[in-house]
Amino acid sequence: MIKEQAKPAQPDTVRERAGLALNDEFLRQAVKFTTERLRSGKKAASEAHGHWDEWREQGRQIRLHTIAHLDYYLNLFADNARANGVQVHFASTAEEAVSLSLAIAESAGARSVVKSKSMVTEELHLNHALESIGVEAVETDLGEYIIQLAGETPSHIIIPAIHKNRYQIAELLSAEAGETLPPDTTILAGFVRRKLREKFLEADIGMTGCNFAIAETGSMVLFENEGNARMVSTVPKTQITLMGMERIIPSWEDLETMATLLPRSATGQRLTVYMSGITGPKRADDADGPEEMHLIILDNGRSNQLGDPEFQELLNCIRCGACLNACPVYRHIGGHAYGGTYSGPIGAVLTPALKSNVAEWDDIASASSLCGACYEACPVKIPLHDMLVSLRRRKVEAGRADALETLGMKGFGAVAGRAGLMGAALGAGRLGQRLVARGGEIRLRLGPLKGWNKYRVTPTLAKQPFRKRWSTLEQELTGELREMDPAVKNRLEELARRGGRKGGDSHG
Amino acid sequence: MKVSLFITCLSDAIYPRVGEAMARILARQGVKLDFPKVQTCCGQPAYNSGYWDEARKTARTILAAFRDSDFVVSPSGSCTYMVHHYEELFKDEPEALREARELRSKTYEFTQFLVQVLGVTDIGARFPHKVTYHPSCHGSRLLGVKEEPLELLRGVDGLQLVPLPFAEDCCGFGGTFAVKMADISGAMVTEKADHVKETEAEVLVGLDMACLMNIAGNLRRRGEPVRVLHLAELLEEGARVG
Repeated sequence: MIKEQAKPAQPDTVRERAGLALNDEFLRQAVKFTTERLRSGKKAASEAHGHWDEWREQGRQIRLHTIAHLDYYLNLFADNARANGVQVHFASTAEEAVSLSLAIAESAGARSVVKSKSMVTEELHLNHALESIGVEAVETDLGEYIIQLAGETPSHIIIPAIHKNRYQIAELLSAEAGETLPPDTTILAGFVRRKLREKFLEADIGMTGCNFAIAETGSMVLFENEGNARMVSTVPKTQITLMGMERIIPSWEDLETMATLLPRSATGQRLTVYMSGITGPKRADDADGPEEMHLIILDNGRSNQLGDPEFQELLNCIRCGACLNACPVYRHIGGHAYGGTYSGPIGAVLTPALKSNVAEWDDIASASSLCGACYEACPVKIPLHDMLVSLRRRKVEAGRADALETLGMKGFGAVAGRAGLMGAALGAGRLGQRLVARGGEIRLRLGPLKGWNKYRVTPTLAKQPFRKRWSTLEQELTGELREMDPAVKNRLEELARRGGRKGGDSHG
Repeated sequence: MKVSLFITCLSDAIYPRVGEAMARILARQGVKLDFPKVQTCCGQPAYNSGYWDEARKTARTILAAFRDSDFVVSPSGSCTYMVHHYEELFKDEPEALREARELRSKTYEFTQFLVQVLGVTDIGARFPHKVTYHPSCHGSRLLGVKEEPLELLRGVDGLQLVPLPFAEDCCGFGGTFAVKMADISGAMVTEKADHVKETEAEVLVGLDMACLMNIAGNLRRRGEPVRVLHLAELLEEGARVG
């Protein structure tokens, strides 16, 4: 069995979990270093490829079409996979998927399972379930192997151990090796390679995830860089592949678009080192491959998004992690602060959506400045920043918002709903600030200014707000007013007749 | 021809000099601004926090204020973009929805109006200083205002524009986010101010007073002498000198 270290307990709120991360300089440096490398790699690769927004739009259209006809493509895929000799299972919940996996392991008489990277199995906490029936589960993706040794969960969708630096990794691997390994990446990777080679050869079951499932041929496609997924899917006699029910794309032709978008968005690579297409178990004239192949297709809350106009596009996600790499919040707090299997902007929306308790889920949707970097980075243009606002609105509508905040917002609505009241409130504010302002600044760390002024000073309200200044300013301006260029004037009048321009933004 | 100023609550209450600078610059381009006093706030604080009933209340003041305007000009990309959300807020009210669509097509962020509508990129300003520019997220990423401010800055005589490292990263303001998630927001603004310091610029310029208030507040607390200005203020100061 893998020797796991004790798992640290996680606090209940995003704020507290983020606090732990913000005080962990190693974590912040490690996450910053790698996300910066990944996002600049992505930028370079997408610019080099050219017409990136058109590729994104094409990817989005493929995903929109597939999800709109998911019942059709899912059936087509399952029928074709069965015709290829794959045993197809549907699991509506995580528990069902776990039971199915354990039953397959038991009937195969399995003692050990080698796994390639799969976020779905993280969603199921499958390793612990396998171990509970005495089956050893070994992660073979380097990052996953490291966090398995640490007894942790992935903190990034594609770089599970992004929060660890090489010194921490050397320490973990040294404990496993029973000798001190230097913090040299080549030596450390070499140790893991030798160690895992034994595991591949003795494993009874190979377990994989699935990046894309091709409906027209019932095939599964895996993208990876280490060759471990190819080992997992060729050496053991039995293969189990787990996939979310939304992983489908209609055709191999569609894969061309996805293969263009996924590696570039994820790691800035033109293509991953390995891309495997698997169509059924070992055939009579095949040199290798599993004799028995199972496919477990998981719902676990996904179908709840179907027909929801605000969240259905979540199912378009291709799990590239680009939104995590672009997110300034993720960069500072890492993945564990999000508290779910999936982290970053996609996790902040996906976790509550899958659990169908959008109104209750903690304060995770508050942990965003709504800057839109996630939307800009997304290869299939999922409007995550809008979804975060939808989550907040549903929480308010369900009456689960913070009482003080609700009071404040009601006050805001009442005051800012009428210009006269807002003017009066500003007047009162100017009187009130005399008590706390010094030299045009407020440094007090109390009440709502406590957190703000810990990092900043607050400017005072102007002596005269613009609305009071206007009447004198308007008179002053008459002296400065020049004649407008006739050509410009014509253009303005033409535009005004047409009622302005169309659209006027870049958020399509 | 009625061109109206959408001042935004922040510039109204704390930074009236930004509205004043805009009005003077536009007057010299032949635009006589109008200022409807019934306007209050675009409603973004309530909208982003999920309080859409309250957002609708304040959004109605904006719809009413600019009903008769041919053009609406605002010193904030974020508040300009908020007007684009009105269609969603009023999707069940046909009359308000029609007004929301009209307002969206006639509302411009300040540099959009100068460059796209008036066709001006050089207002004859001189500003012999080292300047760096922070593109605010909503203005640049969502509204699509990217080149306009740079064109205007290139049109200023003597101005040395130095690129801000990781310029497109959020400053950490995010409205109520800065209060609710104060430590995350604090980490973000500290990183942004560090990048500003790295440029050794004398002046930080931008198009959104909320973000600039945030960054300036952090610079002040750390005793950094960088001046923080809205682009309209920089242009107006430069026009008076030049």
